[in-house]
Amino acid sequence: MSSLHFASRNQKEILRDPLSLVFGFGLPIVLLFLFSIMQKNLPYGLFQIEHLAPGIIVFGFSFLTLFSGMLLGKDRGSSFLMRLFASPLSAKDYIIGYLLPMLPIALLQIIVCLVAASLLGLPFNSNSLLAIIVLLLISILFISFGLLFGTLFTDKQVGGIFALFVNVTAFLSGIWFSLDLIGGTFKTICYLLPFAHAVDAAKAAFAGNIHDIWGSLFVVIGYTVVIMGIAIVIFRKRMRS
Amino acid sequence: MIEIRELTKSFGERVAVDHLSLSIEKGEFFALLGSNGAGKTTTIKMISGLQTPTNGDIIIDGMSIFSNLQQSKQLMNISPQETAVAPNLSVKENLEFTAKIYGFDKNEAIIRAGEMMEKFSLTDRAKAKAKTLSGGLQRRLSIAMAMISNPRIVFLDEPTLGLDVRARRDLWNILLGLKGQMTIILTTHYLEEVEALADRVGIMHHGKLCALGTVDDLKEQYNKNSLEEVFLSVTEEMEVLV
Repeated sequence: MSSLHFASRNQKEILRDPLSLVFGFGLPIVLLFLFSIMQKNLPYGLFQIEHLAPGIIVFGFSFLTLFSGMLLGKDRGSSFLMRLFASPLSAKDYIIGYLLPMLPIALLQIIVCLVAASLLGLPFNSNSLLAIIVLLLISILFISFGLLFGTLFTDKQVGGIFALFVNVTAFLSGIWFSLDLIGGTFKTICYLLPFAHAVDAAKAAFAGNIHDIWGSLFVVIGYTVVIMGIAIVIFRKRMRS
Repeated sequence: MIEIRELTKSFGERVAVDHLSLSIEKGEFFALLGSNGAGKTTTIKMISGLQTPTNGDIIIDGMSIFSNLQQSKQLMNISPQETAVAPNLSVKENLEFTAKIYGFDKNEAIIRAGEMMEKFSLTDRAKAKAKTLSGGLQRRLSIAMAMISNPRIVFLDEPTLGLDVRARRDLWNILLGLKGQMTIILTTHYLEEVEALADRVGIMHHGKLCALGTVDDLKEQYNKNSLEEVFLSVTEEMEVLV
């Protein structure tokens, strides 16, 4: 039960920050509309909604990294975490407490973006439900990155690192353009990281290409396990020290 | 009763706390003094189970806290040096949250939060977000959060640091009202605070406990007129008693 109380506190901390709402929910919608308007003036299909929406939803998850990283970094910096370490909360309570409240936020982000994308012509069908599940799994990768950053850095440093992270997510994932357009070493590097795989899995889910989902999703899940594992090991080490 | 036995903490070559032995009685208001880097905060962290000692043990009512860490944590609470409150939660929510993570159910948490707000004169700010409170009120809330779990032992790490005279005096009055209800271990740099509040004082220097007794005992022992003179004398001479 303690972990749920802690999760509830963490969710309130995030959702009561108006900047979280503006960036986490507002920016992806603005980008969806902006790129859709651009598409109308393009002679070829660069930003078609079927390709754009999955990518932008994945891009929006990078704000989950910011929210979770900032919250953990702030708790560490303000001695709030020291207060919690002195309490009977266990390591498991911290992991659940920081992870769990991010999932409804991720779900809300997905739904808000899907509604906006539907208005722009994305069909809503059974594939969309599959996509929601796949996207929720992908969101845990981004939360894991946030927990790792928050464990290692202060909230101010997390802000700086996020600026770099969001650019990596944007440009090395194939959200804005097909990676095949550039190819070569750039594409190889992109596929060494999990972000392009996340976008591919989301696109395949929306398209209903179930067989194309798994390969990409396994890479994403593998990265999630490793990143979350490192975050937990470092967090437990800090707890003990 | 808290019994600290030969407590030692080393960070590589540096010995932060050096064979500290001490007993603190149930319900006692004990003040731990020392210059910056004397080892006070490390000692508090070890007694509250936040840090593992290199050597030694701490026994609370016959139970080693390091062998029964989770059980021991239930008996203690802490108000850290920096104000540690959840900024976007209201005063009431901060208190209820703390009560709940110490195992109180929803109704108990509401009742305890109400009692704490009353005791710490925070009732009229119950719905205010913690980040909107003044420094003095945030400190009060932080201490109320430490008290809400009804701990047997509470640690106050420099609770009045940075507060103005009025806020400090108000907090002293609250702490005086709590005397005897629980064991309070206070670290501070304000010697007048120790004189006003503490039953007994320990002075640490370079990780060692160099003086121990009531304020009057120490004045007599060191033949000084004030605690400040005793403190300066002890930290200058480094005469190790324990």
